[in-house]
Amino acid sequence: MSTPSSTNVRFNLRDKFGDWWEGTTRNQRVLFRAAVIVFFFILPFLDNPILGTNESDFSSVLFYPMGMFVIMAIGLNIIVGKSGILDLGYVAFFAIGAYTHAILNLNFGFPFWINVFLGMGFAMLAGLMLGLPALRLRGDYLAIITLGFGEIIRILAINFNFTGGAAGLAGIAAPPTLFGIEFVVDDPKPFYWLLLTLMLLVIWAYLRLVARRPGRAWEAIREDEDVAEFMGVATMKYKLWGFVLGGAVGGAVGAVYAGQVTSITPENFTLQISIMILACVVFGGMGNIWGVALGAALLGYFPEKLRFLSDTRILFFGLLMVVMMNIRPDGIIPRKKREKVYDKNTGQEVTR
Amino acid sequence: MLLDIKDLKVSYGKIEAIKGISLNVGQGEIVTLVGANGAGKTTLLKTISGILKPSAGVINFEGKDIQSIAPHNRVLAGLCQAPEGRGIFPGMTVLENLEMGKYSRPDWKKELREDLDRVYTLFPRLKERQGQAGGTLSGGEQQMLSIGRALMSRPRLLLLDEPSMGLAPMFIQQIFKIIREIQTQGVSILLVEQNAAQALSCANRAYIMETGNIVKEGSGKELLNDEVIKKAYLGTGA
Repeated sequence: MSTPSSTNVRFNLRDKFGDWWEGTTRNQRVLFRAAVIVFFFILPFLDNPILGTNESDFSSVLFYPMGMFVIMAIGLNIIVGKSGILDLGYVAFFAIGAYTHAILNLNFGFPFWINVFLGMGFAMLAGLMLGLPALRLRGDYLAIITLGFGEIIRILAINFNFTGGAAGLAGIAAPPTLFGIEFVVDDPKPFYWLLLTLMLLVIWAYLRLVARRPGRAWEAIREDEDVAEFMGVATMKYKLWGFVLGGAVGGAVGAVYAGQVTSITPENFTLQISIMILACVVFGGMGNIWGVALGAALLGYFPEKLRFLSDTRILFFGLLMVVMMNIRPDGIIPRKKREKVYDKNTGQEVTR
Repeated sequence: MLLDIKDLKVSYGKIEAIKGISLNVGQGEIVTLVGANGAGKTTLLKTISGILKPSAGVINFEGKDIQSIAPHNRVLAGLCQAPEGRGIFPGMTVLENLEMGKYSRPDWKKELREDLDRVYTLFPRLKERQGQAGGTLSGGEQQMLSIGRALMSRPRLLLLDEPSMGLAPMFIQQIFKIIREIQTQGVSILLVEQNAAQALSCANRAYIMETGNIVKEGSGKELLNDEVIKKAYLGTGA
């Protein structure tokens, strides 16, 4: 996992883009970012036979699975890709967020916006409660525990009364009208925009974090936990933070999901989602947020795009993954950063 | 005394790996700990670094008991270990590895340039390879990186765990030469080695460890000429 194999990558997307990006001016960068953001906001209107999904509503697909996958993959990437904690139960955080909104809204009339933050909070709390004992373990043992955690949350939801049991909860409130945009069940566009806004916030926070001490600490822990401790990294603290922050993203998305579908059952939160999101992270390129986002978008998009193949589409989807993993075993955009060296004369770090 | 260990005992469950040893390292000294596999050398270093907890005994560093200090805070206290088996970060570049050595220093940005120059002077090879991923270096270069990274934290006591392990004879010579050079820069060194001949001739003082006990101590020269040691560790005895 840690041995760099980028030498055999023929076409290097990251470096091609990186070379171009280094040469841009500040204004060009602002313009580029703005253009990308605008593009994604108007994406639901760009539904055409080539780009769009012909057999299912494009804006629905953009919200779920594409948007959902992307933001959850970014969240899981903090845990798996950055801190190197193999989490097989990420769906638990998603479920906690969704049930937080459902239960607090139906029983106490809490509005959507408060529940997004509460969902995030409860997911973090769950992450802390699980992480404190479990993160002392490593590798396979930790993976099994997180796998169990994902299942426990789902089984608890089936067996408790206040979660509605196996029938789940229905009639959950959508977000209230915001800036004249109405959130209604039959129009997924506002939900997509909401998700996109949340995504931008998460990406912004993530990039700020990883450029600083926490990013360094997580990378060191992923590479070698004992050596990280020798170098003065508070490994337990940062593993816990990674786990809790990744969980927070899952919790927030869960609340948004519940607000859109308005009825949830435990069957929405199966192991399959955990596996799928993990596949997004690995497929895109563990530890590289852009790779992970692209991978998740593609893995959400292809099953819908291939819907015309009806029952055999999953087969083709599987084939696509096998081919991709052979061509690019480190993911679409691998993690390895562009090389920085130290120039003795100027004392500056330069990219080469 | 810079490091003063008294009656230290460390156990893995019911098995006692270190059975009550006392050892010290003075300011500016190279002290070496020689012993065969399973003698408890690495266990001792891990206990000093805080990864393992002792079941009894005292570890004083600069006159203070360090057992209450969390392992990651011992780096800032002045203790840094270059781990056994070239424990580098293979996916990070050489430069990033060295920067990790500065992780615990609050003023790392100000100190970075000076310390990089110092490490690159000791190990010019690392400078040539600074943009390369640590995992792609040769064994000897990885060992240099591991020592260089530890030096980046400006330790007062450097703990070296088998720096010569698995290296070509040419590299072993070089590593020991560099260890002496580090000493002249004012860093004290606790050196754990199986390569007894090299370690003893480089050290001011030495301890011989056997199955969790210290069986002999003395100056490096004394032990180098000791008949029993010669027979058991140097393979040159009569």
